[in-house]
Amino acid sequence: MVKVTIDGITVEVAAGSTILQAAEQAGVEIPRFCYHERLSIAGNCRMCLVEVEKTPPKPIASCGYPVAEGMVVHTDTPMVRNARRGVMEFLLINHPLDCPICDQGGECDLQDQAMGYGMDHSRYAENKRAVPDKNLGPLVKTSMNRCIHCTRCIRFITEVAGVPDLGATARGEHMEVGTYVEKALGSELSGNIIDLCPVGALTSKPYAFVARPWELAKVDSVDVLDAVGTNIRIDARGPEVLRILPRINEDVNEEWLGDKSRFAIDGLKRRRLDRPWVRENGKLRAATWTEAFDAIAAKLKPLKGEQIGAIAGDLCDAESMLALKDLFVRLGSTNLDCRQDGAKLDASRRDFYCFNTSISGIDEADAILIVGSNPRKEAPVLNARIRKRWASSGAVIGVIGDAADLTYPATHLGAGPSVLKDLQSDSHDFAKVLAAAKKPMIIVGQGALARPDGSAVLAAAWRLAAHVGALSSEWHGFNVLHTAASRVGALDLGFVPGPNGKTLDAMLGGGVEFLWLLGADGFDASHVGAGTFVVYQGHHGDAGAHRADVILPGAAYTEKSGTYVNTEGRAQRGFKAVYAPGEAREDWTILRAFSAVIGKTLPYDTIDALRARLEQVNPVFGRVGFLPRFGCSDHTGPAGDPTVLSAAPFVSAVTNYYQTDPISRASPTMAACVAAQAAPALAAE
Amino acid sequence: MLDDKDRIFTNLYGLHDPFLKGARSRGDWDNTAAILARGRDAIIQEMKDSGLRGRGGAGFPTGLKWSFMPKQADRPCYLVVNADESEPGTCKDRDIIRHDPHKLIEGCLVAGFAMGACAAYIYIRGEFFNEAVALQRAIDEAYDAGLIGKNACGTGYNYDVFLHRGAGAYICGEETALLESLEGKKGMPRMKPPFPAGVGLYGCPSTVNNVESIAVAPTILRRGATWFNSLGRQNNTGQKVYCISGHVNKPCNVEEELGIPLRELIDRYAGGVRGGWDNLLAVIPGGASVPLIPKSICDDVLMDFDSLRAARSGLGTAAVIVMDKSTDVIKAIARLSKFYMHESCGQCTPCREGTGWMWRVMTRMVEGRATPDEIDTLDQVTRQVEGHTICALGDAAAWPVQGLIRHFRPVMEERIAAYKRGSNRPVPLAAE
Repeated sequence: MVKVTIDGITVEVAAGSTILQAAEQAGVEIPRFCYHERLSIAGNCRMCLVEVEKTPPKPIASCGYPVAEGMVVHTDTPMVRNARRGVMEFLLINHPLDCPICDQGGECDLQDQAMGYGMDHSRYAENKRAVPDKNLGPLVKTSMNRCIHCTRCIRFITEVAGVPDLGATARGEHMEVGTYVEKALGSELSGNIIDLCPVGALTSKPYAFVARPWELAKVDSVDVLDAVGTNIRIDARGPEVLRILPRINEDVNEEWLGDKSRFAIDGLKRRRLDRPWVRENGKLRAATWTEAFDAIAAKLKPLKGEQIGAIAGDLCDAESMLALKDLFVRLGSTNLDCRQDGAKLDASRRDFYCFNTSISGIDEADAILIVGSNPRKEAPVLNARIRKRWASSGAVIGVIGDAADLTYPATHLGAGPSVLKDLQSDSHDFAKVLAAAKKPMIIVGQGALARPDGSAVLAAAWRLAAHVGALSSEWHGFNVLHTAASRVGALDLGFVPGPNGKTLDAMLGGGVEFLWLLGADGFDASHVGAGTFVVYQGHHGDAGAHRADVILPGAAYTEKSGTYVNTEGRAQRGFKAVYAPGEAREDWTILRAFSAVIGKTLPYDTIDALRARLEQVNPVFGRVGFLPRFGCSDHTGPAGDPTVLSAAPFVSAVTNYYQTDPISRASPTMAACVAAQAAPALAAE
Repeated sequence: MLDDKDRIFTNLYGLHDPFLKGARSRGDWDNTAAILARGRDAIIQEMKDSGLRGRGGAGFPTGLKWSFMPKQADRPCYLVVNADESEPGTCKDRDIIRHDPHKLIEGCLVAGFAMGACAAYIYIRGEFFNEAVALQRAIDEAYDAGLIGKNACGTGYNYDVFLHRGAGAYICGEETALLESLEGKKGMPRMKPPFPAGVGLYGCPSTVNNVESIAVAPTILRRGATWFNSLGRQNNTGQKVYCISGHVNKPCNVEEELGIPLRELIDRYAGGVRGGWDNLLAVIPGGASVPLIPKSICDDVLMDFDSLRAARSGLGTAAVIVMDKSTDVIKAIARLSKFYMHESCGQCTPCREGTGWMWRVMTRMVEGRATPDEIDTLDQVTRQVEGHTICALGDAAAWPVQGLIRHFRPVMEERIAAYKRGSNRPVPLAAE
């Protein structure tokens, strides 16, 4: 630790910190454009200049200058002010005065700093520079005249996203940021450069000219389009969700957000179920809530518990799943399943299905084995965390399954489960890496579990984790990476077949007479028995709704307050940003209302009462936002014989990152992304 | 005045064989092993005592620079020789490389040994094709003769010399941009600290020296610091290769003592100013990036670091650019502004934006299409660039303009006034 005095405030900071970091600790604000705490230091904007005593009499860029014991820094001397004014004038001479039509207006760093350091007139009488705009694909809109060459976008795409797509060509005042050859950005995290851009050079293409930041109501929520549980902020105006931005949560997403989660929101306005529908004579007709409930009640009345079943989808909140489970328990049914993809998850112990190391725990791992997963597609934000760990410490990464480009070097060990056997018997080279690692991690993806030998793979992976020392009292290195936001929550509240209950497979093909789909679109609905009466409760007219006999319009994640448990097992709560369209209602209220119709009234009238019940079912729902780290003391593995592995290669659960769920499938932006990734060079408009 | 016996570059004009045989006859590679046998510390101390200041422009004491290298390093250390000579008006390294390459290679070995380097990288300007060929030939000769490479000069010290050709960017002559370029990246200067002696080429401790600084080292070590000290003036010791160009009768490169009067330098070696000394307008004494000095200062200024600094200019690379009274001095400096705009790497704001601004205003100043108060604005702009950038290119771009305004402001004002008088601006008429 060293003592530094900044504007008379003495602070103790870690040796090796920069002046800017010390100033932040002292509460002294230093303006900056190029500096970003999660990117490498470029030092090129020259806005953060400060004066340091006992150095040559010229200002110093505080973002890259290391502190020294007894250093005395001034951030508000005439020299500093003049230097910053000079830099600001230079930034503005070639920056267009188009703030009134710029989407960054109102949340622009340059605009804000110009209030502090800018002049009220320009001394620059020459022509301004004009730079052709670049086409970076369907997500990021460019207005390159506004670029101030801070290179944050280049550094993000190169360092964090890990693709070599962006760079600066030419030099001097002709320097331009771009993709060298015009093409769509090939990253699943490209939207973050919009947030990083301190000016309006990079803005959101779908959001272009849509709204001003001060018109928007901002609501904190949690993303549900993958299982990471990215913390988001929903910006809405009236009934419309206009954009989604990440919130900072160091333990989950730092401050990044995947492109699907950011841009799929136009899918929330399309193919929506906004009123109940009832199938009559093979055709769906619009109905009232009463008609819909009556139709279901009539069908349900003669059926026994074992003849009915319920399936929960991937985007469901824990509250509605519990309400559905409670309803079915009252109806005498144990036919419940949440594993739409047929993943052989063992719900008997929580660490059999959670990402136990935790996402922030990746920062400590020194060897990572990925089994049957492509985290770049399944959880891009988590993948960036693995990349960060590789970049900072050189953690060794091995992959069993698809040999995909994960943005960091990974040793491809093989395609099928036999590699697990080889690792177990130490006959594979990578076994030494895992054994030598102090904190090894094994990540099992859904691609490894959603297959006939899934439970064997799960058991084999657990056995390997125990074998290489990944399970100790301080370190839990066994991880399951989910792709569905609802999955861990559903397993936590036991949305799995009870005693004598039927699994999804058993319910299909006529295994039950009556099937309640709660937002379940993730399995092939044609496998539902021809005579099975299907109720679809959800928000999009997707696969499940097409098969349904009665459709009950529910609310999407932006339209309800809900609890979601991410892949780590971290319960998080999202709040309602807008109202569901038309007659659609929040899902738990639909179930509560229906329970009264059939005389099995659920014992909660408010969301708080339901949450109290949720906490009673499993205390993890009471620990919102908080995740205790734990080791593993019981090495007993999940059910399944680790030796009966098939030879089939693992296939990642997500091949098309942009369209994984009803919302993103309904999104024109996501469809454009798919087209752009299929032919990146042809993305020109 | 430098005696012939005190000359270091005895083949500066290429009159003799530049390669190994000729070099040996001039004393190069004469018992180099004995120099290395003195040990690292002794060599560095001798260099410090000699008072040699870097010949690349900044004039930083060379021995001191070498002493910054770690004594015990867990990583390899490198000597990097800056042969990216691109400063307008400067052509000394070029002649050293093509006519006396073995002085440089021997210097690489000696300097590299003194700083514990395992290899030297010579980064040569891309345009110097023939020079690169000659230097490579000399390096190959030295390898074949066992002077460098494994067991260099029979000392048991392993030392490699690599030649790398640049692609012709001026900015790659800046030491950290040179390192970036050498690593295969875009030539953009790095932030300092960390300095190259801590984190340099490939993240390893490195020292970047000018060709001339390295080439004179073996002779200094052979003849001793006292000899070198006896030349030149205090704190400005030794000799220097001057490049005299412009409006002189006989442009040339010449090796002379530091501290020689500018007038003597021009009159004795360059055949005098075209049309006589009284026809002199101004001189840029140290390559394009130092402020010019008008005749009144040229009359008695001495050519060394401190004297020129006192005259608010600099020795730079000692490239003397002479301008006689036929010169349009505003246009001359405007051309330099264009050069700096063209060569700015574009990384940091003041230089990227400021150099273009300066050039645009300067082009108007050439015509006189400006107002007198714009001269002050221009001066302020140069001061907003100066000292605010990552590397010294911003300063280099600012200083010529500052020098112009300092010494030739009346000329600029007259030009503006003349434009006002002479121009036939249409009289605005009421829209009728």
